Amino acid sequence: MTLALASTVGPSAYWYLTRASGTVALILLTLSVVLGVLDVEQYSTPRMPRFVVDGVHRTASLLAVVFLLVHILTSALDSFASIPLIDAIVPFAGAYRPLWLGLGAVSFDLVLAIMITSFVRRRLGYRAWRFTHWLAYASWPIALLHGLGTGSDVKATWMLAICGGCLIVVLLAVWIRVLSGWPDRIRPRSAALALAAVFAGGTALWLPSGPLGAHWARRSGTPSSLLRPSAGRRPG
Amino acid sequence: MTVRLRVNWIACQAHGMCAELLPERITVDDWGYPIIDQRPIPPELEAHARRAVDVCPTFALALERVRTHQR
Amino acid sequence: MSDFPAPATLPRILAGLRTQGSMALDHHIEVHGALPLFAHRRRDSGALIEVLERSGLRGRGGAAFPTATKMKAVIASRGRATVVANACEGEPASFKDRLLLERLPQLVIDGALLAAQAVDAAEVFIAVDAGASLAARSIQRALRERTDASRNRTRVRLVPVPPGYVSGQESAVVNYLNGGPAKPTATPPPIFRRGVNGRPTLVNNVETLAHIALIARHGAAWFRELGTQTDPGSTLVTLGGAVVDPGVFEIEAGAPLASLVDAAGGLSAPLRAFLVGGYAGTWVTATAADELALGSDELGEVGASLGAGVIIALPSSACPVAEIASVGRWLSDQSAGQCGPCVNGLDAIATTLEQIRAGADPRTLGRISRWASLAHGRGACAHPDGVVRFIRSAIDVFETEFADHTRSGPCTACLQRQLLPTPTARLSRAAA
Repeated sequence: MTLALASTVGPSAYWYLTRASGTVALILLTLSVVLGVLDVEQYSTPRMPRFVVDGVHRTASLLAVVFLLVHILTSALDSFASIPLIDAIVPFAGAYRPLWLGLGAVSFDLVLAIMITSFVRRRLGYRAWRFTHWLAYASWPIALLHGLGTGSDVKATWMLAICGGCLIVVLLAVWIRVLSGWPDRIRPRSAALALAAVFAGGTALWLPSGPLGAHWARRSGTPSSLLRPSAGRRPG
Repeated sequence: MTVRLRVNWIACQAHGMCAELLPERITVDDWGYPIIDQRPIPPELEAHARRAVDVCPTFALALERVRTHQR
Repeated sequence: MSDFPAPATLPRILAGLRTQGSMALDHHIEVHGALPLFAHRRRDSGALIEVLERSGLRGRGGAAFPTATKMKAVIASRGRATVVANACEGEPASFKDRLLLERLPQLVIDGALLAAQAVDAAEVFIAVDAGASLAARSIQRALRERTDASRNRTRVRLVPVPPGYVSGQESAVVNYLNGGPAKPTATPPPIFRRGVNGRPTLVNNVETLAHIALIARHGAAWFRELGTQTDPGSTLVTLGGAVVDPGVFEIEAGAPLASLVDAAGGLSAPLRAFLVGGYAGTWVTATAADELALGSDELGEVGASLGAGVIIALPSSACPVAEIASVGRWLSDQSAGQCGPCVNGLDAIATTLEQIRAGADPRTLGRISRWASLAHGRGACAHPDGVVRFIRSAIDVFETEFADHTRSGPCTACLQRQLLPTPTARLSRAAA
């Protein structure tokens, strides 16, 4: 036990940075989804014409990627758990909480695909770009699950409030988007509404027995060398 | 060399951002589709015209360079 | 050139046509002679284009584009060319293309093979309306009859195209052949540069091809013996409505409308107006029609053009407002639905016409003007432009009737059975 403790001299700055940047990235990705829905719904006000909504959507998304890069870098630099950089792109191959960390990689891969296709959209053509962009609706929930599964602060009330708030906001945005073309193509739309609701409800129901339950660190796949006895433990 | 705007009417889905960025040449009709003033684009408006072309989400707007023949 | 005797006068295309049945290959050769030798050799294809240029032949599908110019544009483009013989006549009142396929398929095939040779194409597609099963069978039979050298070098395929008013448009046919819907595409790049399978594509109306088949045999000078300087040769016209014998007629280009009406046995009822050029055409009053010649210059003076050669005589017993309102709605429904200004503009025009038919505020007529200028020129194809022209000329020619309707609502003539065709069978198939 003491040997494990000796490997870190107090909580590292990288650990704080990775938690902070991850949280900010989640908020920015939430903002990006909301702005994306406003963009496609052609929302505007006299002070905020559509080209502004479009521009802010693009900027917020790029900013989210910046924070994601900080999040990835700092988690690799943090010496507590050995997380090589490759784990950010290749999912489920790592030693630390493979499933929950891997979900982060999946989400990041999707974000990369969306970002790259947006840069070359003219050459790619409208339909290919549009199809790839829809992956954002998959990327966000996967990112949330990653955060709940690996997050060091998941048991804190303020963190649950942020996650809950973002979830509700994204759920509303998705519902608005799906309902706007109603009743065109009613079956895929109903499925989308149901899927979003099931995800939100399911996540909420899962929390008490999942990350908020006992021994989550062990259950989620933290390597046993990093686990500490129940007394005096450090969250993570 | 005259510079003109051309619309791909099949791609256009009436987002209207082009009209926001180049009101000097583009207005919208009753249904949100652009009405292009076909007067050539003077050099001082070209940057704005290019922005309008770039913002179109469906690539429906294009800038055309037409060589004018001096007779 | 062939030394087979060339017809000195009309009929030319319709020569030898019996009362029914399609002309078999041997009868076809009897009437027109065999294809001249130069037509069998690919290296003489430049000579054919030259002859076509001197003949002044223009397309007969409605756009009247000079045929030789089109061929040269295809040749100048990179890649192996393809030919499309277009028999998809979208105009409900037009029957000339169907007649050519059903009764004179060998003439059409001659023209198609010649065109393929002229642009060095490996393949010919014959695009026919999916509902025209008789025409399709006739062409298939005719193809089986042919064993000559040109046929074996060029692949000829019959392709049924879903019916619709805009489905016969050049880019719509090419779009369908490329696996897409039978709807027009935005063109750049032009079809002659990139069409079927990305190749340079020559799209010719089947009547144009029939003319090519005869010009190849008898020469440019012969072609120009009929017609005028600006409109040489002969042309097929479908005449319908209040005439004794409606049908397809071959006329000398630029002939007086009166002589065409005579050929159809004269009017069967007192005349209100003529529709010249089908549903993308223009209305002409009975008085103006008296002296009217069907040449492009004379028609141009009254704002009209022959288009795909459809002329309809509207009797005084019909209600122009009711007819125009029905056709207006049909034309709006026939929009491919791809371009906002067309979909919305034509719908607004149709709704306003229906309101006028039922009796409405006189100012509603002014609204049509507005929708018309919003729809014109703002679509991927010429459909909205044609409809706008049709409606504008109707409002002009039938000014009195429109004014009466806004004041007093439906008239007794409104109850008459509709004269102008608006086939629903086509519509339901196009929607499928």
